Amino acid sequence: MTKHPARAWDQATARTIIDSHRAEPGALLPIFHALQDTFGYVDREALPLIAEALNISRAEVHGVMSFYHDFREEPAGRTVIKICRAEACQAVGCQGLVDHVEARHGIALGETTADGAVTVEEVFCLGNCALGPSAMVDGKPLGRMTREKLDHLIAAARTGRQ
Amino acid sequence: MTLRIYVPADASALSVGADLVADAIAAELAARRIEAQVIRTGSRGLFWLEPMVEVATLTGRIAYGPVDVADVPQLIPALLEGAPHKLKLGNPDAIPYLARQERLTFGRVGVIDPVSVDDYRAHGGFKGLEKALAMKPAEIVEEVVASGLRGRGGAGFPTGIKWRTVLGAQADQKYIVCNADEGDSGTFADRMLMEGDPMILIEGMTIAGLAVGATQGYIYIRSEYPHAFRTFGRAVEACRKAGLLGTRIAGSDRDFDITVRLGAGAYVCGEETSLLESLEGKRGLVRFKPPLPALKGLFGKPTVINNVLSLAAVPTILADGAKTYADFGMGRSRGTLPFQLAGNIKYGGLVEKAFGLTLGEAVHDFGGGTLSGRPLRAVQVGGPLGAYFPADYLDTPLDYEAFAQRRGMLGHGGIVVFDDTVDMAEQARFAFEFCAKESCGKCTPCRIGSTRGRETMERVIRGEHIADNLTLIEDLCRTMTDASLCALGGLTPYPVTSAIEHFPEDFDRPRAHRAAAE
Repeated sequence: MTKHPARAWDQATARTIIDSHRAEPGALLPIFHALQDTFGYVDREALPLIAEALNISRAEVHGVMSFYHDFREEPAGRTVIKICRAEACQAVGCQGLVDHVEARHGIALGETTADGAVTVEEVFCLGNCALGPSAMVDGKPLGRMTREKLDHLIAAARTGRQ
Repeated sequence: MTLRIYVPADASALSVGADLVADAIAAELAARRIEAQVIRTGSRGLFWLEPMVEVATLTGRIAYGPVDVADVPQLIPALLEGAPHKLKLGNPDAIPYLARQERLTFGRVGVIDPVSVDDYRAHGGFKGLEKALAMKPAEIVEEVVASGLRGRGGAGFPTGIKWRTVLGAQADQKYIVCNADEGDSGTFADRMLMEGDPMILIEGMTIAGLAVGATQGYIYIRSEYPHAFRTFGRAVEACRKAGLLGTRIAGSDRDFDITVRLGAGAYVCGEETSLLESLEGKRGLVRFKPPLPALKGLFGKPTVINNVLSLAAVPTILADGAKTYADFGMGRSRGTLPFQLAGNIKYGGLVEKAFGLTLGEAVHDFGGGTLSGRPLRAVQVGGPLGAYFPADYLDTPLDYEAFAQRRGMLGHGGIVVFDDTVDMAEQARFAFEFCAKESCGKCTPCRIGSTRGRETMERVIRGEHIADNLTLIEDLCRTMTDASLCALGGLTPYPVTSAIEHFPEDFDRPRAHRAAAE
């Protein structure tokens, strides 16, 4: 959701985060979100810590994490481009954008470029359905998306310009 | 008087550059040493005009749009002195698109500073809460029953009846849960409201708490809406600071507070029982009903779970009276529906109007037809589980029963327009794909049926044994309709069968260049 957390995984920080949420009713999602906001993903090593803190099984922690599309097991690219593939955006050609990104840049949905610069993902509805096709780049909504704009975004991400 | 300039910070306005415009205005004002206040608002919902900038004048606000960063240097003299400008739209309330609406819930959206308690109050906010604080719980509930308000989330169940059940339940703790997991494509009313007037929802949730005896509320906002999440959180903080949330709210002896939770990308969590599971920190698996959430909801306690728009309608009902609200609408659909024009449409946006406008009036009179200028071919109403209607169904009134009669659904009021380039077999295939991706997996018809449905539809598209495969699809759809646990599996057949019924020609033709057709 946010632009990229510089922080490398460390257990002590993770423990502090987990502890600050453990008393909340239904704390699991807030914990995953907080870890991912900090580290950019939820490290495997966090799972037993969470299980212990909430007194549930590791399998349960893993089961919940894997159920939700948002949580990552490893870091994403430095820039995350989400392209909306829901009906309102389909009506104005979002599939063409997805096909273009794959054909021109070699990035299929769900993939990250080898240089770690860009991850492209699908999303179903950003609530920007009157100004589609829509995308979200590092949490910023972008409407009336075109192939050219995507080319610029990807090029900028790869050369480190923002 | 300090110059006041309004620039939307609504996510849709941001998606076409509102932040850049706001920054450019601030920089230009600073360079000219002009003292002014730039207020970030929600959007009035006229998205083709975004970013729409407004300035307060002695005779009311004047709007300009769509404003590009490059327009800003010339715009400043217009804002300051009312000089003529090519983007001048005049009084925004007089723009026909807005002037023809009946905004009960969205009246303040785009007008006020969304996180200012004072601004909210100055525009009529908290009147409903004040009334509710002077009433007995059962009186509040009966007022909502009398208004005829039905759940705006899609199912259309009477809100007051739900509240009555929770009021009657005995428990040490009850909850109000606001379902802000607006995942339907073509819908953005919840998002706009949370970004543009979050306090109306806070007020509605608080009134619900007073009505049923709940002291704790939860709002579950989908993670695809980071801006709504932040704005709503700031509004909650502002209300707490003003003593309107927390203990002894508004100087009364009643307590109510709200916890804001973020979803994690699962469409099925818009289903109420699955949302409750998610709030409890579990996988969003649908629960069997009964027991109803009204009796055993969040953490096993009696729970009111309502959609954003249902709860946001409540302050108006309390402030102006049930009858005033019920006087809007038709048949059993009372009040107003904020519907949303989306997809391939010229003037996409939000239109709040009493039930009863026809689909065609919405799409043509408000929406101006397709964006591409090509003929309209299909309209999907009610999100990804809603039926596809052909052009000759445009006479259908926007009313729950009228849609049901034509085997469609009004749902959350999202209207998605497609022009004649749409491939309806592809849309039917997508409906299965979406269901397969978003199924919670608890029941077999949804989990397996959606995958088999997608495969079968792919065979139809490839032209393999079309008639036999369509028979198979029909059978599969019947199973999903009859045997799924919740609406995701149960309603996926709507888009599929409506596409086959109304657009049969798309299911029986060679399509060698399908991939290139986009």
